[in-house]
Formats: sequence, structure tokens, C-alpha cells
Amino acid sequence: MKRVLAQAKVELILTLRRGESMLVTIGIPVGILAFFSLVDVLPHGSGKAVDFLVPGVLALSVISSAMTSLGIATGFERHAGVLRRLGTTPLGRGGLLAAKCIALLATVVVQVIAVVVVGYLLGWKPHGDPLLAAGLVVLGVLVFAALGFLLAGRLRAETNLAAANGLFLVFLLLGGIVVSMSKLPSGIASFSRALPAEPLATSLRDALGGSAVPIRALVTLAIWAVATSLVAVATFRWD
Amino acid sequence: MIHVSSLTKRYGALVAVDDVSFDVAPGELFVLLGPNGAGKTTTVEILEGLRKADDGTTIVLDAPAGSRAISSSVGVMPQESDLYAGIKTAEALRLFASFYDDPEDPDALMERFDLDRVRKTNYRRLSGGEKRRLSLAIAIVGRPKVVFLDEPTAGMDVEGRATTWSIVDELKQRGTTIMLTTHLLDEAERVADRVGILHRGKLVALGSPSQLTSGRSTELTFSGDADVDTEALGAAIGARVARAAKGVYRVANMPPTPRLVSDVTKWFASRDLLVRRLDVGPRSLEEFYLEVTR
Ligand SMILES: Nc1ncnc2c1ncn2[C@@H]1O[C@H](COP(=O)(O)OP(=O)(O)OP(=O)(O)O)[C@@H](O)[C@H]1O
Ligand SMILES: [Mg+2]
Repeated sequence: MKRVLAQAKVELILTLRRGESMLVTIGIPVGILAFFSLVDVLPHGSGKAVDFLVPGVLALSVISSAMTSLGIATGFERHAGVLRRLGTTPLGRGGLLAAKCIALLATVVVQVIAVVVVGYLLGWKPHGDPLLAAGLVVLGVLVFAALGFLLAGRLRAETNLAAANGLFLVFLLLGGIVVSMSKLPSGIASFSRALPAEPLATSLRDALGGSAVPIRALVTLAIWAVATSLVAVATFRWD
Repeated sequence: MIHVSSLTKRYGALVAVDDVSFDVAPGELFVLLGPNGAGKTTTVEILEGLRKADDGTTIVLDAPAGSRAISSSVGVMPQESDLYAGIKTAEALRLFASFYDDPEDPDALMERFDLDRVRKTNYRRLSGGEKRRLSLAIAIVGRPKVVFLDEPTAGMDVEGRATTWSIVDELKQRGTTIMLTTHLLDEAERVADRVGILHRGKLVALGSPSQLTSGRSTELTFSGDADVDTEALGAAIGARVARAAKGVYRVANMPPTPRLVSDVTKWFASRDLLVRRLDVGPRSLEEFYLEVTR
């Protein structure tokens, strides 16, 4: 445990030290939240912009740290032989994975605080179930971290970089995060309901809006969590 | 301590390590030599658990190489850098220290390896030699029982090499089993208890440096001007004189008798030339190496 915590601390420090990683995990989500709350250009349906945006941006935060930032870093570490090296130390592969997950959860806590504080300053009034929302965030972390590891464990570091950024953009546009699903053509909308981003954003929006979380979204997320984890474990290469 | 039998590793059609067997005794310093691409790194990394063998048995400290049970007793200095690009020197050393129950003091190690000046420098900004020093410090920070050093002195300056050999010496005093690779044959000859020579994946020689260099016919070698008339000299002493390198010559196929030494120096004296060096010792490890890896 001592080893895992030491490793987690270093992982966290390295994440905070990477400028591009801070940009994608904090800068972009908070920037999107602030910009589209203040500038009324988005087709997001009815209600206050900030109420629509905060849950979506929470989902985006999870996607950015768990999939994009962690996945890209892991890909480059694999390429540089860091993973295989640490895997043979007493820390071991399991310890390394645990440390990465702890560091990721710590990052997500920071992101959630940032989004909630900025949202609050912009006039967001939550009236839902914070515990349910927290549970959804953890489920989302699981799904997107598995997806990040899946790509990082197989693709070349540079390809992985492109893929993780590309998926981030797809999820941002099609995930019901800034653009309401009702504004998307129905074919695209049902496609994106099958992806993991929309179920996460929608269920967070319902949980924080005080309405019931749709079972459909939960089932979709659970399937993604199990499927990506299994595939990631089966295909991950340490070198 | 280390047991390797019939180890084989293929990369596609290439057999990088071909049916290699050797043992390293506890406390022994074993040096693996061989030209570029001979299979040294492949062999060492299989023993470290970094790569998987295709065939054969590899035992380290009574356990299969690379198993979790021995990870805290094995120190590794790989040939290639393999640390986080953004980690600082001191962070890296402390991190690895935290993996072991009774580690060396990271600060003392940094001083020892002259890494104090760069303790806050990102790994990617370290010079080649500084990276090697840090890598060696990491290899020994956990007080391992077995240490693998893959070309530890490559890229190090004179002082770094001296520190490295003194560390190796200390480890040996402590009873650590050491396996290292190098291209510096004179250093290998000086420090090794035993040497293995790999050539295109095959182990072509195995033994102590004195075993490998003794029992062979010795030759007289000498150095002089670059343009010694080898024909005339050969005629004078009744043997063939071959040019071994620029200004270095050897008398082929004739044991170095006192008479021969005297004849050679006399010939030089008669032409008012100076013999700069004259050697009748046994073959150096380097000569033996060049022979078996040809
Ligand atoms: N991952 C790999 N994939 C394919 N071929 C490889 C791989 N690693 C090594 N080889 C090949 O295997 C052979 C042995 O390589 P190895 O690195 O073990 O040599 P070495 O003795 O350590 O050489 P050097 O002195 O240059 O470090 C080389 O021909 C190399 O090209
Ligand atoms: Mg090598």
C-alpha cells in the first residue's frame, strides 16, 4: 500500500505538471462551461444554460481525465518502457494500475470542485441527489478509463494520441454535453445514445435536476464498463 | 543464483538468443560480452523479467526469472532509458526507494553519483551520462541481492565510469551477485570473475578471463614506426612479421624466446630505430574476443 500511494502521488504530480493535460482536464471543461453559460449561442433546449451545461461538463471532465489525459500519458509511458519497467519492481503491474486509478480519482475530485464552483458562480442551482451523481461519476470514470487503457495498450503512442483526442471531440459534440440531443438528427441521436458519453451526461443531468435517471442510460453505461474493461484486460500490452 | 539453460528467443525469423546455457554463482561477477546485436540485452532482459523467453529455463534466486517473489531482491539498470519524461531526478530515486523495505538513502546516492546539481531537473532534460548515473542509482537503491547492469558505463565520462566501477566493487564486497554487459574488454578483463561471449545469439566462450586467455600460443608483439620494413625484419629473424595495426606488429607462428626478443631489438638498433613497446604476455581478452567473434 505504501508503494501504491507513493506511485499515486508521483502520477498525480506528473499529471498536474503536464500543461496540455491540465488544459484538457480543467481548462477546456471550465472554459466551455463559462463561455456557453455567458454567451447564449447554443441550441440546448429550454431552461437556463448553466443548468443544462454543468452536468454535461461534469461528464466531459470525466472523459477528459479518464480517457484523454490518462490514456495519452499511458500510451507514451508504454512506448518509453516505463510501464514494463515499473511492472517488474515490487510495485508490480497491479500496484501500478491501482496507483493510476487513485491518481485519476484525485484528479476527478479536483475537476468536480472546479466545475461546481464555477457553475455556482454562474448561477447554477442544483436540486438533485449529489450521492447518486457521485456514483454516476465513478461509473463514468470506470468506463472511460477502461476505454483509455484499451486504446493505450494497443495503439502506437502517436496514434493513441490522435484517437483519444478525436474521441474527445466526438463525445463533446454528440454526447449531449453542449448540444442537446433534441437538436441532433434522429439517426445521429440514436447512434450517440449507444455511445457511453450521452448516457453519462444525460443521467448526470437527471440526477442533478431531481428527476429519475433513465434505466436505459444506466444499462448502456454498465455494458460499456464491462465490455471495455474485459477487452482492455485481454488486449493490454505492457511493452 | 542465476541459472540459464537452453535459453532461446526469436524475433520473427531472427534467432536472437540461440540455445544459451550458463550459471552464475552467488557473489560472482559475470560479464556478458559480444558485438552489437549479439543478444546480450535480450538475454539480460529475459532474466530481469522484461521480456519472455521462447524456450529454455531461466532461474534467478531459486525462482523463475521475473517472478513477483524476487522482485524486491533484483536490481535492474537497462540499456535504454525507461523513466517518465517529466519526473525529476530526486522524485524518481525517492519513488523507487519507496518500493523497497530497507532502501539506501536517496540523498546519499545522489551525492555519490554527482546528481545533486540536477536533482530538480526533468528526466528528459538530463544529459546522456546523467541518465545513466540515475539509472544505476535506481538499480541499487533497494539493496538488491542480484544486479543486472546493461552497459552501465556506456555514455559515462571518466569520473562516472570510475564511480560505477567502485560501486560494482562495493556491491561485490557485500556479496551481491552481479551480471553486466559491456563493450570495454579491458575493464571486463579486470573486474570479471567469469566471462561469457555471445556471438549471433550463441554462447561461443565461457570461463574466467585467465582461463580464456591462457593455454594459447603467445606471440611477440611490438610497436615502432608506421613504416617498419617487415620484409627485411622477417628475413633477419627468420620468421614472418605481420602488421597488426598502424605501427603495431606481430611475429607470426614463432614462440617468443629470449633469442627472438634480442634479434628483434638488435635489428631495430642496427637501423637506429626505437622499439616503443614490446609484449610477450599472454593474449589479452580482447585478442581472444576478436578471434571468437570473427
Ligand atoms: N524487440 C525486438 N524486435 C525485433 N528484433 C529485436 C528486438 N530486440 C532485439 N532485436 C534484435 O535481436 C538481436 C539482438 O539484440 P540485442 O539488443 O539483444 O543485442 P545486444 O547484444 O544487446 O546488442 P548491443 O551491443 O548493440 O546492445 C539484434 O539483431 C536486434 O536487432
Ligand atoms: Mg544491448
